[in-house]
Amino acid sequence: MTPALRLVDLTVSYDRHPAVHHVSAEIAAGEMTAIVGPNGAGKSSLLKAMLGLAPRIEGKIECAVKRIAYLPQQAEVDRSFPISVLDTVLLGRWSRFGAFGKAAKTDVHDASHAIESVGLGGFERRPIDTLSVGQFQRVLFARLLLQDADLVLLDEPFAAIDAKTVVDLMEVIRRWQAEKRTVVAVLHDIDQVRRDFPNALLLARELVDSGPTSRVLSPENLLRARAMAEAWDEHAGACIPLKQSA
Amino acid sequence: MLYTYLLEPFADFAFMRRALIACLALSVAGSTIGVFLILRRMSLMGDALAHALLPGAALGFLLGGLSLPAMSLGGFVAGMATALVSGAIARFTTMREDASFAAAYLTSLALGVLIVSLRGSTIDLMNILFGAILAVDDQALILIVGTATVTLVGLAAIYRPLVVECFNPGFLAAMGVRGGLYHALFLGLAVLNMVAAFQALGTLMALGLMLLPAVASSFWAREVWSMTLIAVPLAFLSGAIGLLLSFHAGLPSGPVIVLVASLFFLVSLLLGSRASVRSRLSRPVHLRG
Repeated sequence: MTPALRLVDLTVSYDRHPAVHHVSAEIAAGEMTAIVGPNGAGKSSLLKAMLGLAPRIEGKIECAVKRIAYLPQQAEVDRSFPISVLDTVLLGRWSRFGAFGKAAKTDVHDASHAIESVGLGGFERRPIDTLSVGQFQRVLFARLLLQDADLVLLDEPFAAIDAKTVVDLMEVIRRWQAEKRTVVAVLHDIDQVRRDFPNALLLARELVDSGPTSRVLSPENLLRARAMAEAWDEHAGACIPLKQSA
Repeated sequence: MLYTYLLEPFADFAFMRRALIACLALSVAGSTIGVFLILRRMSLMGDALAHALLPGAALGFLLGGLSLPAMSLGGFVAGMATALVSGAIARFTTMREDASFAAAYLTSLALGVLIVSLRGSTIDLMNILFGAILAVDDQALILIVGTATVTLVGLAAIYRPLVVECFNPGFLAAMGVRGGLYHALFLGLAVLNMVAAFQALGTLMALGLMLLPAVASSFWAREVWSMTLIAVPLAFLSGAIGLLLSFHAGLPSGPVIVLVASLFFLVSLLLGSRASVRSRLSRPVHLRG
């Protein structure tokens, strides 16, 4: 089976500092893959690159899927903005009506259905600034449901989320997998990854290992990832071509 | 009685009628722009931008005298240049955008006052700084009403991407939409409205009718469209009440209009239905009884 994504010697950099350095890996289609690594290991940058939003990449990303949906970290969303739950979720159909089109009756119906299926039935008209962090994450998941994507990228979906919400949202993720969608999630809870995600990609700017979770998240690999993150030299010269980067 | 106080000034004097229509047009378009300025957290930057019109308008004044087209064109060019240059400075250096706007605004205020004083009298300077809504002539009225029309059509066209750009820019980018384009279009409309308001309220207070009603509305409404629906009538009421007060009491109209708008803001701050002082002080519902 062809992979959903193939990363070939991928380097993502901001201001000449690489956040992801010479990574080659494959994301299996129709499966759940967790991206794991210490802080600053380039996990979010890798997701942005998969979306085509990284400012500067070298190497290649071969993409075999058409529609990609993305869950941002909550800090990227202005949660005090005066907008209702229903309108937020409806944005998931952007690819259908774009910047100028009209939302069809079916879109509104599907949005209500999605809101219900993440356990927020009756919240349609509520402004988002009245929601808790966990409830708002449910709203963003409902928006993802409406996007009907082949590949779903989740950036720290469970950071600061209560246990009950994690259980409910994991259920949504499993449903995606049952529908043969590919799910890639940046996660911090190693135990959860071992329990719920069959594949993992361990990152410390460079790739430590990728493949079945039981192998990738071995104690030796985790130690290596930590050592690599600590040993990284911010001021190292460029690797190719032979030129000072400063 | 009521007629003498409320309607007679408008029935008897053409300049009062023109001023009222100017207020209506400025309210409809300006306070809608104001709502977005607040949501984008750009209220102070908007203010800086309004002051930045001054050297352009002053240059127009220097070349063409008190001619509306010359001063408006000059103001528009200066405003757009300030917006773009400040944005570029913030992007290419480590200076933050608010700091670069503040620097641009101080520079342009000083430059503008200097240019006007090269040729004009103190009265000209006062007119440019504080406006003269009672002196609005047909030409100015056409500019103001035309701006309002362009603004409403323009905002309706870019409404959805603009809202998403404020609320979740990353999502817009992931949908392949260039949010920066809509931001620039919005800034263009904002500067256009400041140019229109500048004739009536001057460069120092042009933003009064745009921002104060919008801020007031945020204490009552919970969505962008309902904020706008509240801000527009508030702005028009401020204009109408301000005009009448200034007429009967013989006060300068611009400051009175802005002060009435401030009053609406204060009342909303105290009594508004959400996030106001009243809602903070009142006991939570489940503790009553």
